[in-house]
Amino acid sequence: MSKFRSNGKREMPELNTSSLPDLIFTVLFFFMMVTSMREVEVKVQVKTPTGSSEIEKLERKSLVSHIYIGPPAKQYRATFGSAPQIQLNEHFAEPEAVREFVSAERESMAERDKPLMKMSLKIDQDVQMGIVTDVKQELRKARALNIVYSAGKEKEK
Amino acid sequence: MAKGKRKVPGLNQSSTADISFILLIFFLVTTSMDVDSGLSRRLPDWDPDAVEQEMKIKERNVMTVQVNKNNEIHVKNGVLNRTIDVSELKDIAKEFIANPDDNINLPIKEDYEIEGYGTVVTTVRHVISLQTDRTTNYEIYFKVQHELSKAYSELRDAWARKTFGKKYEQCDEKTEQPVVRAVYASKISEAEPKQYGTAQ
Repeated sequence: MSKFRSNGKREMPELNTSSLPDLIFTVLFFFMMVTSMREVEVKVQVKTPTGSSEIEKLERKSLVSHIYIGPPAKQYRATFGSAPQIQLNEHFAEPEAVREFVSAERESMAERDKPLMKMSLKIDQDVQMGIVTDVKQELRKARALNIVYSAGKEKEK
Repeated sequence: MAKGKRKVPGLNQSSTADISFILLIFFLVTTSMDVDSGLSRRLPDWDPDAVEQEMKIKERNVMTVQVNKNNEIHVKNGVLNRTIDVSELKDIAKEFIANPDDNINLPIKEDYEIEGYGTVVTTVRHVISLQTDRTTNYEIYFKVQHELSKAYSELRDAWARKTFGKKYEQCDEKTEQPVVRAVYASKISEAEPKQYGTAQ
C-alpha cells in the first residue's frame, strides 16, 4: 500500500533559466522595432492644446515635418528671451526661414511622397496668433498646404 | 604535461539575461513611443493676385466668427449677432451649415451635382469666415477650429447614416466618403489677422 507514498524528502527541481535571455532579447527587439529615436532636441516649451473627437493620429512618420513654436526652454532664456520662438530643425528661426526649411524637407523626400508632405505645427497653447499666422502665410507661399495642428487627445470623462 | 583530453568548461550564461535587460532598459528610456496626433487642415493656395480680391458673397451665406484679443468669440450670421461661448459654437455652426428649416436668413440650399452619385440639395455656397487678432490666444483659436471641424463631421455622420445607413468612418473610402465630403464640404476661410482697435 505504500506504492504512492514517497519515501524520503523530495527535492525541489531547479528552474531552468537558460531560455530567459532569449525571452528578453525578443522583448528588446520588439521595442527596437516599434520605437524611433528622438531626432531633434526641442528647445522650446510646447504644451499643445487638447481636443477630443477630431484628433487624428499621424500615420507614416516619414511624411511629417515638424515646426515648433513656443517660448524658449529655461536654459535658452538668457540668450533668446522668453518671447515665443520658431524652431526649425535644431535652430531658432525667423518666419521667413520657413520657406527654405520646407524646400529642404521636400528635397529629402521620395518623389512620389512629395505631394503628401505634411507639416505638423507643434504650437504652445499660450502663444499668440500673430506668429502662427506668419508661419502659416510662409507655408502657403512655400506651397506646403497640408498642415496639422498638433494636439493631444483629451481623456474621456 | 597534461594527460588525455581536456574538457572545455561550460560557459556560464547566467549573466546574459542581465546584459539584455540593461539593453532593454536603455531602449525603453531613449525612445519615444508617443504617436503624433493633431487636427488636420488644408491651407488655401497662395495666389498673390487674389489676395486683395473681395469675394462677392450674399450676406445670408456668410457666417463670421471673430476671435478678438480678449479671446471672446463673436459670431455673426443671418440670425445671430452676439458674443458666444466656445461650447455653443458647434450647434450654431451646424445650424448654419445645414440650414435644416430653410430659413431665408441662413445659407441658400441648391441642387448640387456630385460626380458618381447624383444631385443633392445642400448649402454649397456657405462660407465660414474665421477672423483672428494678432494677439488672440492660440488655444482658443484651436478650440474654435476644433468645434467647427466637429460640426462638419457630425453633419457628415448624420448624412452618411441617412443615405448609406452607416457612419462616415465606415463608408467606403473610394466611393462613398468623397460623396459625403462633397455634400458638406468644409468651407472655412481665414482672413488675414487684423489689429482691431488700432490703426489699420
